[in-house]
Amino acid sequence: MTEGTGIGARVRRTEDNRFLTGKGRYTDDINRIGQAYACFLRSPHAHAKIDGIDTGAAKNAPGVIAVLTGDDVAADGLGGIPCGFSPTGTQAPQNAPPRPALVQGKACFVGDLVAMVIADNLNQAKDAVELIQVDYQELPANVDPAKATDPSTPRIHEAAENNLVAEWGIGDKEAADQAFAQAHHVTKLDLINNRQIPNAMEPRCSIGEHDEANESYTLYTTSQNPHVTRLLLAAFVMQIPEHKLRVVSPDVGGGFGSKIPHYPEEALVTWSAKKVGRPVKWTADRSESFLSDTHGRDHVTRAELALDENGKFLALRVHTAASLGAYLSTFGALSTTYLYGTVLSGPYVIPAIHCGVTIVFTNTAPIDAERGAGRPEATYLVERLVENAAREMGIDRADIRRRNFIPADAFPYQTPVVLAYDSGNYDPILDMALKSADYAGFEARSADAKSRGKLRGIGFSTYIEACGIAPSNVAGAIGAGIGLYESAEIRFAVTGAVSVHTGSHSHGQGHETTFAQIVVDRLGVPFDNVEIVHGDTARVQWGHGTYGSRSLAVGGSAIAVACDKAIAKGKKVAAHLLEASAADIEFKDGNFTVSGTDKSKSFGEIIGAAMVPHNFPLDEMEPGLDQRAFYDPKNFTFPAGCHICEVEIDPDTGRVAVVNWTAVDDFGKIVNPMIVEGQIHGGIAHGIGQALLENCVYDPETGQLVTGSYMDYCMPRADDLPNFNLGFTETLCPHNPLGVKGCGEAGAIAAPPALINAVTDAIGVDIDMPATPEKVWRALQSRAQAAE
Amino acid sequence: MPTVSMTVNGQPAAGEVEGRTLLVEFLREHLRLTGTHVGCDTSQCGACVVHVNGKSVKSCTMLAAQADGAEVTTIEGLATNGELHPMQAAFKEHHGLQCGFCTPGMVMSAVDLLNTNANPSEREIREWLEGNICRCTGYNNIVKAIQAAAGQTGG
Repeated sequence: MTEGTGIGARVRRTEDNRFLTGKGRYTDDINRIGQAYACFLRSPHAHAKIDGIDTGAAKNAPGVIAVLTGDDVAADGLGGIPCGFSPTGTQAPQNAPPRPALVQGKACFVGDLVAMVIADNLNQAKDAVELIQVDYQELPANVDPAKATDPSTPRIHEAAENNLVAEWGIGDKEAADQAFAQAHHVTKLDLINNRQIPNAMEPRCSIGEHDEANESYTLYTTSQNPHVTRLLLAAFVMQIPEHKLRVVSPDVGGGFGSKIPHYPEEALVTWSAKKVGRPVKWTADRSESFLSDTHGRDHVTRAELALDENGKFLALRVHTAASLGAYLSTFGALSTTYLYGTVLSGPYVIPAIHCGVTIVFTNTAPIDAERGAGRPEATYLVERLVENAAREMGIDRADIRRRNFIPADAFPYQTPVVLAYDSGNYDPILDMALKSADYAGFEARSADAKSRGKLRGIGFSTYIEACGIAPSNVAGAIGAGIGLYESAEIRFAVTGAVSVHTGSHSHGQGHETTFAQIVVDRLGVPFDNVEIVHGDTARVQWGHGTYGSRSLAVGGSAIAVACDKAIAKGKKVAAHLLEASAADIEFKDGNFTVSGTDKSKSFGEIIGAAMVPHNFPLDEMEPGLDQRAFYDPKNFTFPAGCHICEVEIDPDTGRVAVVNWTAVDDFGKIVNPMIVEGQIHGGIAHGIGQALLENCVYDPETGQLVTGSYMDYCMPRADDLPNFNLGFTETLCPHNPLGVKGCGEAGAIAAPPALINAVTDAIGVDIDMPATPEKVWRALQSRAQAAE
Repeated sequence: MPTVSMTVNGQPAAGEVEGRTLLVEFLREHLRLTGTHVGCDTSQCGACVVHVNGKSVKSCTMLAAQADGAEVTTIEGLATNGELHPMQAAFKEHHGLQCGFCTPGMVMSAVDLLNTNANPSEREIREWLEGNICRCTGYNNIVKAIQAAAGQTGG
């Protein structure tokens, strides 16, 4: 179906009118009556003991209502900011030092929260922060994950000897070592997966409010998962029952992982709202976002691939040092363990794999999920190894992949690293990409570039993604503190309006449109009758939120199940009205019909009969048609794809221009192609950003964030990017009711290795991300010198 | 405190502000026109672009006092009688927005582009947008939307 408003249609987005006319309602657009403004004093040092804080002058400054420090947090018994993940598969339980909402005696990264000022207006709060005197005793700092466990590196936390979070491993080391011993060829790579700052365009914002009458709180906050935030804040920090806290995350301006965690600022505005008897609002400026949003990646890795004489993969060995920053964030080590090691098989048969990760603390902002979360890091090393191996062995980059793909008839396929892929068909993806990118014509384009003094390179990435996170029993087995099902509730109004309350959260993904298409397809009701409700714990029964490309596969499936329950009950209502047996009622295109007759009732009529039950089997059923569903996925989903990048490099300046980008992806069933294309565009841009432009740099001596503004941290701009050439294949997911797989992270996973492989192809030297002009130019100079 | 007065979206607007008050603060906090967004503090992201006397301006980079007496148009003033401006309609038609946060600035900037150059090339569009950062769309569909609004087909 491509016409209309059901599954497969390019329905224009419901949410766009308010965004386009300035009527969106982001958290900072909300102003509560009598609200006061918070501003934070953040540590200017990466590592410092705090011997005293003098708040006297600040407290006496104009408009100041309160100045709060770690002592106040301790005196009120506020719990620490919790980590919700403790990985299994470690040599010992992870070290999880406490993280008080405001530091107590010690700051551990530049941006750590030292004190909070609340004032009548924002400028007064900002001015007063300047008046706080802190007696810091600076300590040596470390920002390098590879150095964190050296005995000479300063220890950050008493509870973490050698700055170790945990040593984690997956796979069969003995089997991998044996395969390497017998290998015909081994390709080795030392690489850095460069630290990133997610940079959603909307800075974080939180407003806390206390209702004295009910002794309850409301938190408006920029969250990808308001229910999880409510759980963490209520149960662990505030230590109040969850029904005493409402969390509202209205329109949210992008997340990319950085709005998953529960942050100390959320706890502080909520706690202080009661203390000062007024709503308390805090909005990050961009500098604070750079310093204190969770960052992503930051891996230092050695990876090796063993091959036989035919270029068949025998084994993969990986060791990574991964930083989690100064404290464990909400999902802590998840991105560096099970979202990383389990996808190292990629789309390939690799008989033996072992991966070890040394997970450490550094004096930097906490690290958590960033678009892709572990899967980009895994895909990057696998795809670079594959392309280098092809080059070293003289095998075409497409052929080496084809020789090693998991065959289409081998699904379900059990990898050596836990996951069992449900479905896939990789050859047609590669075929379509080769054709679409005109791979055969590359040599001619390369020669043409050479005639213009440019170096042209081509690079591939054939990725697998594990998304639709996640079966709850698996989540529990790997160390998550929550289940990862999703909830949906479908409510009907007498006049036929349908409200769908979902635990997924939209911060750009277009759920108000896509989810409504599912309901239209399932129930046959008009698109305009359907409303999607999300982002408010008072309106949605429960939710795990949006990350890990899970909204459609898990949240959408929950909606489909709730619709099916409504249809099942509707059949009984129709049977009563049509004086037939429920077994004889068929439901199609929005109508309940007695099989083989023209006796029929529309869905709208059934809603009316159920909501106004004048003629209704009240002795058999309750009135109403509302349904709820809790959908727990049976497996992850496994989208796959092939991205092909072509670059042209100016050898005089080292500047890399991305001139062609072809992406062919298999996301299973696509509900709204327009929205899916947009997700791919954005994901590729994010990946190109990491590979070409973006790099989070801390000064190695002082631990200062060097890239703390858009002047220093290079975000992709419109003139850095090409148009993207997209194609799709379709292998349905066999285990969810929609056949869908998820698409939000694919571009960010696939893009970095494709781009770096293209650069490496062009310059003939390995290079780490980001491939800045300086780095490329230096690589070309060193190659030229080596050739002399 | 000094008083500023200006015309915003065709209506007179005035207020007492501290000298350091930025135009964007005046619009958001005093007039409660929250369609104009603040995405950075270094005049890089362009989420705050409005028109001042018909030209696009980053309203985080101008004092409210500097706009005294000016004609200011914000994203709220672009649609007329409930009809989307052609640029707004093109962004919707071509999926030129996702989270919507950069969108007001992006649209205001794009409108000024076409006022300045009615038939820009793709390269000119991309270069014009250098001062507007979007994290969601990869710009692909923003460029398409602007080409469509310029009456170009096949973009």
